[in-house]
Formats: sequence, C-alpha cells, structure tokens
Amino acid sequence: MMIEPARIFSLGDNAVTVEFGNEISEALNDAAINLSRHFNAHPFPGFVEAVPAMASTTIFYRPHEVHFHDDLFPTAFASVEAKIKDAILNVSASEEAASQLIEIPISFASNHALDLEKIAGHSGITPDETIEIFLAKVYRVYMLGFLPGFAYMGEVDGRIAVPRLTTPRTAVPKGSVGIAGRQTGIYPSESPGGWQIIGCTELELLTDNTNEPCIFRPGDHVRFFRPG
Amino acid sequence: MTLLFQKEGIFSSLQNLRGIGRQSFGINPRGPMDRFAARVANLLAGNDEDGSVLEMHFPAAQIEFGEDCRFALAGADFAAALNGIPARNWAAHSARSHDVLKFEGKVFGSRSYLAIEGGMKTDRAGYSTIRLAKGSIVEREAGNFIDCHQSESSFVSKSILPAYSSFPTVRVLPGGEFGLLSDAAIRALTSEPFVLSNESDRMGYRLDGPVLSATEPAEMVSAAVTFGTIQLPPDGQPIVLMADHQTSGGYPRVANVISADLPLLGQLGPQDKVSFQLANIEEAERAAMQMERNLKKLRTGIRFGRFW
Repeated sequence: MMIEPARIFSLGDNAVTVEFGNEISEALNDAAINLSRHFNAHPFPGFVEAVPAMASTTIFYRPHEVHFHDDLFPTAFASVEAKIKDAILNVSASEEAASQLIEIPISFASNHALDLEKIAGHSGITPDETIEIFLAKVYRVYMLGFLPGFAYMGEVDGRIAVPRLTTPRTAVPKGSVGIAGRQTGIYPSESPGGWQIIGCTELELLTDNTNEPCIFRPGDHVRFFRPG
Repeated sequence: MTLLFQKEGIFSSLQNLRGIGRQSFGINPRGPMDRFAARVANLLAGNDEDGSVLEMHFPAAQIEFGEDCRFALAGADFAAALNGIPARNWAAHSARSHDVLKFEGKVFGSRSYLAIEGGMKTDRAGYSTIRLAKGSIVEREAGNFIDCHQSESSFVSKSILPAYSSFPTVRVLPGGEFGLLSDAAIRALTSEPFVLSNESDRMGYRLDGPVLSATEPAEMVSAAVTFGTIQLPPDGQPIVLMADHQTSGGYPRVANVISADLPLLGQLGPQDKVSFQLANIEEAERAAMQMERNLKKLRTGIRFGRFW
C-alpha cells in the first residue's frame, strides 16, 4: 500500500487528479509516479493516460468508454475514483519500474554559461566552485512539463539555489541548463524562460519515437559531467 | 499535390487529435480548438475522426485544388465559395482539379475547419504546430478512406450541433482550488459576463471582467491542467486554458469547462463575450455522452448514405 492521497477531485469531465500533498518531497513524488506507473501497466477500458506531477497524479479517461464498460457507478468519474482507491490499496513496490541514471555532458564555456558569474556572485563563491557544487549532485526528475521534454529536477545545493531572473529571456538557447531555486532543468528547445543558465548540453533530449518522445521519464536520475 | 495555398490567411494550421497520451513527457495534445467541428469535417469527408484538418481564422486562406477531391467544411461560417459559387458550411462538397476555394466573409465563429477525403498528410511525431504559409502544399494522406456513399452535397442537421453562440453560456465544474474563491467571487464568476482580451490565443483566453478574489493558497506545487481549465493568477483575472496549453501549472484551478461546451469556447475570438454557469459531474457527463451519440449518428448516417 502507498501513501493515502490527501484529495481526489475532478479536472473537468475527462480527468481525475489524485493529490498526495502540496510540497516537493521524494516520498510524495514517489507516490505520484508509482500510481501513474500502475495505471500505465494496468489500464482500464477508457483509460487515456496517467500524468504524474510534483505531488499528484492525474488520470485522463474517455467518460463514455468508462461508462460503457462499467455501469455499476452513476458516473464515469465515480468509476475511475473507485479504481484509484482500489489501486492505492494494492500498488506494491514490486510493480515499480526501475528508474534509469542518465549521464548528461555539460559545457560551462562562457558563451554557454550565460549566468554562471551571477550565480557565483550570489553567494560569493568562484565560478569554479559553483561548477563543482553543481556537478557533485545526482538530480531526480520529479516531473516533465512547461515544454515538451522539460524535466523539473532537484534538489540543487542551497549555496547555488538562485531565484529566477526578474525579466525572463525572450529566447533561451536549446540545451541550456538552468537553475530556479532548488530546481534545475534543461531547455530541450529554444524558448522564452527565466531560469538562470549555468551551462549547456549538446545532448538531444527529444527523440523521434512517439512512445518514448524524450530521454527522461519521471523518477529517473541525472548526473551531469564535463566531457573529457 | 492536393491543396495549394494561394493566400495563407491568418494562423492557418494543420491540427489533429492524434497527439494524446504523452502529457507525462510534457507534450500536450494540441489539436483543433473546436474538436467537435474538426471531427465532423473529417466524418463528412469520409475520414477517421482524429485525422489532420486545416484550422483557419478570418481572413482565411485561398486554396487551389491540385486534383479532383471531395472536401468538407465545419465550424465557423466564413462564407465559403468554390469558384465563386457558395459552398454551404457543415457539409461535404466535390472539387475538380484547379477549382479555387475562397472565404468571403465572417458570418459566424472564429475557426473554420477544412477536411479532404483521404486526410491531410502531417508529421505525426511533430511537437510543434504546422503553420501554412503562401505557397504551402498539402498532400493527401492515402489509405484511410472509410466506405462512404458519396452524395453530391451531404450536410449535417443543426439538431446535432452544440449550442454555438456569439455570447455563449458555458458550463463549468468546480476545480481543485474552487474552495479558495470568496462567495462574492463565485457569484461574479457565475453571473457576470467576461470579455476575451486581445491576448487570447490558442494557448489560452485571458478574460477581462470582475476581479475574482481568492484566498491565497498556502503552497501550490506544479500539477496537471487541461483544455478548459480556468486558472486564477494573483491579479484575479481568470485565464481559460485552450488547445495549446502547457501540461502543468501552478496557479489555482478554480473551475474546468465541461468538454461538451469546449466547442462553444473554441469559436470565440478577442473581444467576444462569455458567461459561466456551474454544473455537476452528472450533467457534464450526460452532455459529453449526448455529443458522442450525435457523432455516432452522423458516422452511421454517412456510412449508409443517409443524412439528416
């Protein structure tokens, strides 16, 4: 059995959100990811997808199909809610898919590390120390969002946890690695954005594979390294 | 070559309903703003409902057919004319090679859909919207015809259409953070008209109207949002997320538009008005299922050559 959700509520008539809490924590994120993996492995008729976020999972479904296959409940929502409650009681650790460790090359060259000096200046350390602190950690992928393939990762060492830029850039270059508070993330494509940029990777994050459209899955771990 | 764009129109794009199932990768389904109209256009053209259609705004594109082709129009009525002869909306038509399709005026709505028999070829793995510029060419996607009895001009009965209006009342379900709204804000949300600001686009509609006051949430971490989610940023002016919304957000989700009423929103543009009415999940599901039954009726009718 997993953590009891704090709330279960509808997100329109096509989706139900299961909220485990409202903070960034590994335990809550684990619950969100495990519940979504459970439904991906055991879809019910009418299931569309399970989308894990920081501390919640949202199950998308087609109400008419759910209702057609399960008319014991007055609404498709009630039917999906019952399936969720049942899953929470029965999800076991053995169903959890192994998460991968992804190694990502990063360049800190001055034309890539747009805000490195500023990040270092923020806590009065040198750029080299900033880089060392950043590379020392293995980061967890909490969720994907904002842009296709954009992974919200944590936790960044408090010493380099800089706030977002007051004025976002209109174009952050593709591959830029940014910091926003205790979170880090990589822009898979050029986009407007306000995260402070510590470096840049040449690794292609998006794939042509429709089923695995990017190299990350929620729950994966990421280690950055400087290519030799 | 099936379609040649002689004039591009504004924001003409190819949209389909095949992008679902990848939100956990941060990829939203995108697709047509008025899904009902896009599905009907495909059905009338003899295609699967989820295939690519052309979404047009006014002024719309001017299109030359490169081969004999059956096509269908649905959604907004932009006074279509094929070689100068009016071509009715919510209907299928036949074009000959070199025929030219023009849209001569904005009669109703904001988004018109064009489907061609055999579907429009698009890159299925694409993550960005395919915009059509002057000189663009759209090819037919072969091989997904359904068995279709072709009458010369088949059309859809008004009785199966959603209650389209230039000032619609749209039903909403309370959202996850509905409880943060003050009583006065709930009254304002469900009784006052809102106007779509000029910053409204395929990502979302910013609404001008009464400022909605809400208790500030203690903390809100990023969570899923969807087509029709009404978010309330700190300035108290709600935003309705539309087809190109991001997959997650951190603003309170005060309400969600019911899926059966999304097509009504999809036909609005900047400066149009909308009002909201609270519904419950039973009503929302009944309306969604009625829409599916109407589409099924149309599908069956097309297969057996009966229209009404």
